[in-house]
Amino acid sequence: MIKFLFERDTWQEVYDSLTKNKLRSILTMVGVWWGILLLIGLLGAARGIENSFNRLFGDFATNSVFVIGGTTSMPFKGFQEGKRVRLTLSDTKKIEENVEGIEFVVPRNMNQSLVVRNFLSGTFSIAGDFPLLDKVQKKKLLNGRFINQTDIDENRKVTVISEDIYKQLFEKDEEAIGELVKINNINFKVIGVFDVGNVNMGPSDDMHIPFSTFQQIYNQGENIGWMMITGKPESDIVQIEKDAQLLIKNLHSIHPDDNRALRGFNLGKEFAKITGFLTGMQFLTWFVGIATLIAGVFAIGNILLIAVKERTKEIGVRRALGATPFEIKRQIVVEAVFITLVAGLMGIISGGWILILLDTAFGQGDDATLVNASVSIGVVFFALLILVTLGTLIGLIPAFKATSIKPIEALREE
Amino acid sequence: MLKINQLHKSYPIGDSSLHVLKGIDLEVNSGEMVAIMGSSGSGKSTLLNIIGMLDEADSGDYILDGVPIKNLTEKKAAVYRNKFLGFIFQSFNLINYKNALENVALPLYYQGLNRKERQEKAKFHLQKVGLLEWAHHLPSELSGGQKQRIAIARALAADPKLLLADEPTGALDTKTSYEIMEFLQQLNDEGKTILIVTHEEDIAEMCKRVVRLRDGIIEEDKKVNQVRASQYV
Repeated sequence: MIKFLFERDTWQEVYDSLTKNKLRSILTMVGVWWGILLLIGLLGAARGIENSFNRLFGDFATNSVFVIGGTTSMPFKGFQEGKRVRLTLSDTKKIEENVEGIEFVVPRNMNQSLVVRNFLSGTFSIAGDFPLLDKVQKKKLLNGRFINQTDIDENRKVTVISEDIYKQLFEKDEEAIGELVKINNINFKVIGVFDVGNVNMGPSDDMHIPFSTFQQIYNQGENIGWMMITGKPESDIVQIEKDAQLLIKNLHSIHPDDNRALRGFNLGKEFAKITGFLTGMQFLTWFVGIATLIAGVFAIGNILLIAVKERTKEIGVRRALGATPFEIKRQIVVEAVFITLVAGLMGIISGGWILILLDTAFGQGDDATLVNASVSIGVVFFALLILVTLGTLIGLIPAFKATSIKPIEALREE
Repeated sequence: MLKINQLHKSYPIGDSSLHVLKGIDLEVNSGEMVAIMGSSGSGKSTLLNIIGMLDEADSGDYILDGVPIKNLTEKKAAVYRNKFLGFIFQSFNLINYKNALENVALPLYYQGLNRKERQEKAKFHLQKVGLLEWAHHLPSELSGGQKQRIAIARALAADPKLLLADEPTGALDTKTSYEIMEFLQQLNDEGKTILIVTHEEDIAEMCKRVVRLRDGIIEEDKKVNQVRASQYV
């Protein structure tokens, strides 16, 4: 059987019967070609979108939830409704100690302040932060460093500014590191410049100063603006959010059912929605691709059936000359597989071209919609495997049809 | 060479059945040239199909070259056809997208010969029918007589024991018919056993023996003085 595949005559026969009716052969191939093209194109585009989402979220711990104090809406334990909830540093410690599955809890403070440097000024968000922030929300530093523990311990007056602020307060190509800027009329030394990147998830933060320094200059005491809780990769962020909120409600004497007292934004949940959407899209892609492919293969089976009908007499002659039914069937199946495979390969190649086109059109630059739109070799081989399997199965139908007629009847056919 | 004993064959037509062959006894020796004659419906084609293993008898014995032909699977029939028989058809039945050489080489392909051997043998047989220079022409580029000679070369290619010709001159004019008969006579002179189904008297007279069928039985079976086709050509 294997030897048969390497014989020149086998392929001569395939070539002869395919070139006998060129238009029909080409039309036959279009179905499968289109199916594979769709499959490769859609899968590649889906991958591109997924990659671009991953790049957007890449710098962010996606398994995170923000908790912000709000105003109570239910009276509880002698407190009237309308009480303002102020989260404190001790809340973060307790959450870290008591809620299961937590990676970090990062308390943050934020304020708007006037920032002045020589004759340039602007109003920016000043955030009081711990070095830990860098773990949750990776800072792309262009120059210098982020806040470290010593800055916190010594209440240093240092700041890390965004590239946009740098552009507003500094001349082009001016060295920023080591320069002083005035926040609320207090001099801060610039120790780092960072790139904001593509998106700002959560509240925007333009200037970072040590948390302890923030406490001092804004008189915050133990109060914090909000906290970011990051779960371990394997833990359920929705459960963490519930546990943490319940703990805070307990500490702050808030009614357990009060859902206005604490506000929050569950990044993990939002992210899961997007990943779910992407998974759905991939499933849809496979479904559409394979369905189109099957339709294409059926078209091949159909055309071969007609071809076999047309060649009834020829098949009769061949059998009179000594062709066994197996030899006839084998030839037809090889033809079917060959057509599917050639059409499939052309589909893969043109699908690749489409992905290259997509990449050129939408895949360039930092804010590209499609990042590295591509399919893996595994997918290509899987698609080919499906093609060969379907081609063989569908080829069996005309093959059995061809040999179901007795040679005598086949010869009588005009 | 060929021995047939009490052969019966009927075809179902609706509810009833048509008894086509009603007990045929026939013996053909090696080197004979037999014409099977009869009007249409006499059963001559059915007999030839059974001899050609394209059809199977309902009852009776058929022994070809010492091998009883019975309960054949399609595969076995194909092998026997390839090994024992060469077919010549009225409408030539050449494969129209293959050239003369490829058509002649086709039975050899099914014999499992390699390409080189096939080409050599096919060329030899094309030479024999005098059409070597037409080897690379498609059937559509050949005349009727040429096509039939290609078909004869194809039937000869596998070196069969028995040549079966079903109205070999039915689609040809008289002159070409005689040319084909002349060639078949030559083959017979060389020792080939040939069975020809025909309804033309002049063609039958060019054989050595005439078997007349009528309504499914052999009406007459006689040796004749062979008329040489060469005298008309």
